Amino acid sequence: MSDRVSFTIDGTRVEAFRSQSIMDAAMESGVYIPRLCHVPGLDPWGSCRVCTVKVNGRFSTACTQPAMTGLTVENDTEELNDLRRDLVEMLFVGGNHFCMSCEKSGNCELQAMGYRLGITAPLHPYLHPDRDVDASHPDIMLDHNRCILCARCVRTSRDLDGKQVFDFVNRGSDRRIAIDPGARLKDSDADVTDRALDACPVGALLRKREGFRVPVGEREYDHVAIGEEDGVDPVSDLWDES
Amino acid sequence: MNPVLQTDTERIVIEPVTRVEGHGKVTIHRDAEGRVAQARLHIVEFRGFERFIQGRPYWEMPVAVQRLCGICPVSHHLCAAKAVDLLVGGESLTPTAEKIRRLMHYGQFFQSHALHFFHLASPDLLFGFDADPVDRNVLGVAAAHPELARQGILMRKWGQEIIQATAGKKVHGTGAIPGGVNRSLTREERDTLRAPVSHMLTWAREALELARGYTLENLPDVGHFGDFESNYLALVRADGAMDIYDGELRAIDPRGEILLQEPDSQRYLDVIAEEVRPWSYMKFPYLKPLGPEEGWYRVGPLARVNACDFIDTPEAEEARQEFKGLAGGGPVHHTMAYHWARMIELLHCAEVIQRLLDDDDLLGAELRTEGPRRRREGVGILEAPRGTLFHHYRVGDDDLVTRCNLIVSTTSNNEGMNRSVTQVAKQRMEGVDRITEGMMNEVEVAIRAYDPCLSCATHALGQMPLIVELVDEGGDVLDRRARSGGS
Repeated sequence: MSDRVSFTIDGTRVEAFRSQSIMDAAMESGVYIPRLCHVPGLDPWGSCRVCTVKVNGRFSTACTQPAMTGLTVENDTEELNDLRRDLVEMLFVGGNHFCMSCEKSGNCELQAMGYRLGITAPLHPYLHPDRDVDASHPDIMLDHNRCILCARCVRTSRDLDGKQVFDFVNRGSDRRIAIDPGARLKDSDADVTDRALDACPVGALLRKREGFRVPVGEREYDHVAIGEEDGVDPVSDLWDES
Repeated sequence: MNPVLQTDTERIVIEPVTRVEGHGKVTIHRDAEGRVAQARLHIVEFRGFERFIQGRPYWEMPVAVQRLCGICPVSHHLCAAKAVDLLVGGESLTPTAEKIRRLMHYGQFFQSHALHFFHLASPDLLFGFDADPVDRNVLGVAAAHPELARQGILMRKWGQEIIQATAGKKVHGTGAIPGGVNRSLTREERDTLRAPVSHMLTWAREALELARGYTLENLPDVGHFGDFESNYLALVRADGAMDIYDGELRAIDPRGEILLQEPDSQRYLDVIAEEVRPWSYMKFPYLKPLGPEEGWYRVGPLARVNACDFIDTPEAEEARQEFKGLAGGGPVHHTMAYHWARMIELLHCAEVIQRLLDDDDLLGAELRTEGPRRRREGVGILEAPRGTLFHHYRVGDDDLVTRCNLIVSTTSNNEGMNRSVTQVAKQRMEGVDRITEGMMNEVEVAIRAYDPCLSCATHALGQMPLIVELVDEGGDVLDRRARSGGS
């Protein structure tokens, strides 16, 4: 049996290795599927659902669905982009995302995704959850208000930093990133050089005292929409550096 | 004091007060004989910055707190940056950082003063206080004086472009960071900003002449319009020169004698205190050594021109000397002279911007100074377009803000604006049978002279007492709910 498979995304033929996901195959072929929790080089997670596509007519997350010969994948359709818009909007209203004073603004994948999908103001009501800021570490800050539970820090710390600093606690709407139960960042072996800090797509995990050093006009998404960065994934260098 | 009218009084309400930044209303109570019993400017909007920035990291302050305002955010941006400079050992900025910040600040002053004079105030001055409101607005100015309106728009545009070049955006930029700035100018950017300088100087001179001529021609009327003696507070350079970015706090009395001059901005609480009154969300600051009764003061263009010994740009200094001649060299107390003083500053800003744009330090690469963190507390003071602005932050070991105090320019003019409102109401509305739209506008004219920013001024949350009363047509209180201060 050949280790190559072939399928279509929005009518375009895409080739992939049998072990690859639809997302990985699309990325290699230069087809952009919107995503937030997926990072090349890390195990797929499938939590943000933004990469939802239709595979042979059924909804599926592209980052977790294996590529197989004969699949018909719908990606850039009005129906799917409407769905993604709702998903991203719920991420906004479910946290406390104040872009106007966030140091990640302009470099934030959530914000950039909002712009790409045409979100000007949420239609869903804000939940304004009561979340705290862990600034106990001398050089690192974890702002739970902005966390979208993508687990990129969890996976990067575990798989690339070899530390397992982060994990989840609680369930449902109470779910959040934690160090250890009852512990703060200062109690962990997190370090300012950890690649987990670079993995955060939003302004939740930050190096202290570096905010706003990049001027407006020179930030990642000041001139380019997310998904149109000359074919270079903004976080793929996480893996390259390893 | 109970803010509700007595049953036998007539209540006149001006709501909203127009052509000012933010939302406010004026209530005037007349007794049965038509005498003004009480007149007040109420600030009806409600913010909360001092409270909700608690728990946020200090480096967020310059970007977060500037959202107080859409007209003078640069003032808050820079004032917060000056405060947090002290937290990172950035007491002394690099020449590039200092001059980029100054350029940003003078650019903002220029656009804000142009906005106020041309867009907000000029309809009253050009058409008269009691002109038909259909014409007495910025569109009326554009129709009757198209060249003037065009100049006003282009002057604002230039100021905004200076802000964009230094802060990254025309409104709510990010240029100032703890210990410096995040960008300098390219030679092309500098040259682009420099190109229209001569036009701006010419138009600033013309605007100054308009304000000067108006004041002198109408002195018999405007000289007594909402007019009274007061103390004044402003920053001055150590040598007494006007300086809107940095300096020493100077207060003068109504005769021009220096009441105090505090060189250490960190000790501002030795100089200033604030009083809360139950009927307004805006506090009443006063000079601490004089107490609340005698220590209230005015700020803004009139205060700065009155308080400084000189202006270090030639044309503005010449204009200052003529201005001070109105009062024989002492402080000018005419409320309507705010406009003239504001236009002196407009010309001063154009002169300073011209000087800065000739300075190659603006193109430098050394943007940030940072030493060992030495303080847990920082105070920034500067002159915003509307007056002296104070930002005070206390920070915990974890870098998060634990306490914030903001004394915003307009707040310092609270007592002055209320006195002006009262005086104009007494002058124009006492004993007359019918209150006209023109009379009501005259009250607004007095407020507008201060160029208040009511959004900026109502930044506190959780400290103000709140009283809600239900009043019937006759003025009887049907129901009352009160929340005490500090809740």
